[in-house]
Amino acid sequence: MTLNPVKWRLPPAWTPYVLLSPFIILFLAFGLFPLLFSFYLSFHSWEPSAGMDAMQYVGFGNFIFSLQDEWFWKSLKNTFWLAAASGIPQHLIAIPLACFIHAGIKRGRNLAVGVYFMPYITSTVAIAIMFTALFSTNFGLINQALKELANLPLIGNLLPAEPIDWTNNSDTIKPAIAIVVFWRYVGFNIVLYLAALQTIPADLYEAARMDGAGRLQQFRYITLPSLRPIMYFGVTLSVIGGLQLFEEPFILTAGNGGSDQAGMTAAIYLYRMAFDFNDFGAASAMSWLLFAVVAALTWLTHRVFHVRNSPT
Amino acid sequence: MSLDIQMTMTDRPRERLAKSGDSRMALWAAYALVAIGSLAMVAPFYFMFVFATHTRAEIFNVPPPLFFGGSLRENVAMLSERISFWHSLGWSLYVALASTALTLLFCSMAGYAFGRFEFKGKKWLFALVMGTMLMPSFMNMIPTFLAMDALGWIDQPRALYLPGAASAFGIFLMRQFVASSIPTELIDAARMDGCGEMSIYFRIVLPLLRPALGTLGLITFIASWNNFIAPLVVMRSPEMYTLPLALRSLQSPIDTQWGALMAGSAIATIPLLVLFVLSSRQLISGLTTGAVK
Repeated sequence: MTLNPVKWRLPPAWTPYVLLSPFIILFLAFGLFPLLFSFYLSFHSWEPSAGMDAMQYVGFGNFIFSLQDEWFWKSLKNTFWLAAASGIPQHLIAIPLACFIHAGIKRGRNLAVGVYFMPYITSTVAIAIMFTALFSTNFGLINQALKELANLPLIGNLLPAEPIDWTNNSDTIKPAIAIVVFWRYVGFNIVLYLAALQTIPADLYEAARMDGAGRLQQFRYITLPSLRPIMYFGVTLSVIGGLQLFEEPFILTAGNGGSDQAGMTAAIYLYRMAFDFNDFGAASAMSWLLFAVVAALTWLTHRVFHVRNSPT
Repeated sequence: MSLDIQMTMTDRPRERLAKSGDSRMALWAAYALVAIGSLAMVAPFYFMFVFATHTRAEIFNVPPPLFFGGSLRENVAMLSERISFWHSLGWSLYVALASTALTLLFCSMAGYAFGRFEFKGKKWLFALVMGTMLMPSFMNMIPTFLAMDALGWIDQPRALYLPGAASAFGIFLMRQFVASSIPTELIDAARMDGCGEMSIYFRIVLPLLRPALGTLGLITFIASWNNFIAPLVVMRSPEMYTLPLALRSLQSPIDTQWGALMAGSAIATIPLLVLFVLSSRQLISGLTTGAVK
């Protein structure tokens, strides 16, 4: 041994770099390098099974192909639809529910919060499988419940008489996916809003009450403006999450996007482009196009919720 | 605008007296709404467990079973017959434990570096960490596959637990904790006494980080247990499937064995529910960290 273990010490100036070395190595090996390679690949035509030599430079060919691809646009449209239909209700429901829990529920509060949060930590695959069963045409409980409701007067006429083939019908697969996604994430948003509600000073409400403001007015002029920063955070998370939807639609459509590709999100399409159709170049190009969309929308959310910062 | 609204409000007659009855109604309505929502949250779990105890024929009955049946054993037997269920359970556990151990080590190291050291390139490196947090998951799908293919790690568990072991979320969580609760004086004192840098980390910092390590450990274990995309891309042979992949492979367009599938889903869910019941507060605050300062 050339170094005396007692005398040799790690110089303090090196210490942070040594401590960060696992991060740096993993980032370079599994973060940066593959990402750069996928960028490089997006300008090439390649099947991995054919080996590195089979790579051919095609310029913007993959991007042009993607932008002219009907399925790409369809999957993008589906993704937006699903992001909006699952994301917006999450916040519309989570904000009032969080307010109810904050203002009214003392006993059983932790239980209620825990119950709403539970879907967020359970396996997406298990959840999606269980919803596939609930949505099933003939034995699914959702159709059974609809059938019972259809027997009631008045509302009954609004409901379809025939059982709905939720996951195989191109009109109903998207609502079915949106319901699952909504169910999974609404509790997460409730927790976010609850945490934010606890930081609003109570004397603001006190002052408003003195001035004779009712509950609704307090909500409108104190609660909502105070929640604005957390709404920004929550909506950004929903937008980013919604545009990445993969697992729920993947399971609910048995991995292929559903009939007429109605449940195919952009992430599913790019997975299929690589692993089902073996076109890694086009799949890489799509992932960068999609990345641009996510970045643009994140920026847009930022503008909407931050620049207009006068509290209405 | 907010100003003149407040002015008009002061002019309005006060309605204090009429309020108490109103309040009680509102309270009841709040409880009712929250309770109905909770039922909607619990119901799918309930039916997953109920269906896990029924055969496929029973589940297909009209109306379907609403209470527990007696076919759990049969369903579990079918699981191990159709897929290598216990293997998958083992792989899921193995990957989740390995991933948790590595993540705790790497993230606490990095978090300590960011939280207690000044060094060249710190800002830049931290921006990098936060940047990787913003990266959408689909961006990694193809690059991960290509990297693992090049390394010959397809079907290797390390392809699942190694790449994410220095997660940005974990580093961020650790840095916050280090910055708020590891006293600089303690570290300086240890240095004065001639304690080496790495033994400061292992013998002083790491034990003090225990609460944060608990939270991060739980989150990492759960995330790994539930992970679907990474194994979908990397684990190509059925005998290497983790639990979510194995369950998915039971889905079939013609003759899905719903009883067995529900039993498998239930078994995959039980550990998570147990962890959640034991540590829901820690988990909830850990997962929403950084949201509210």
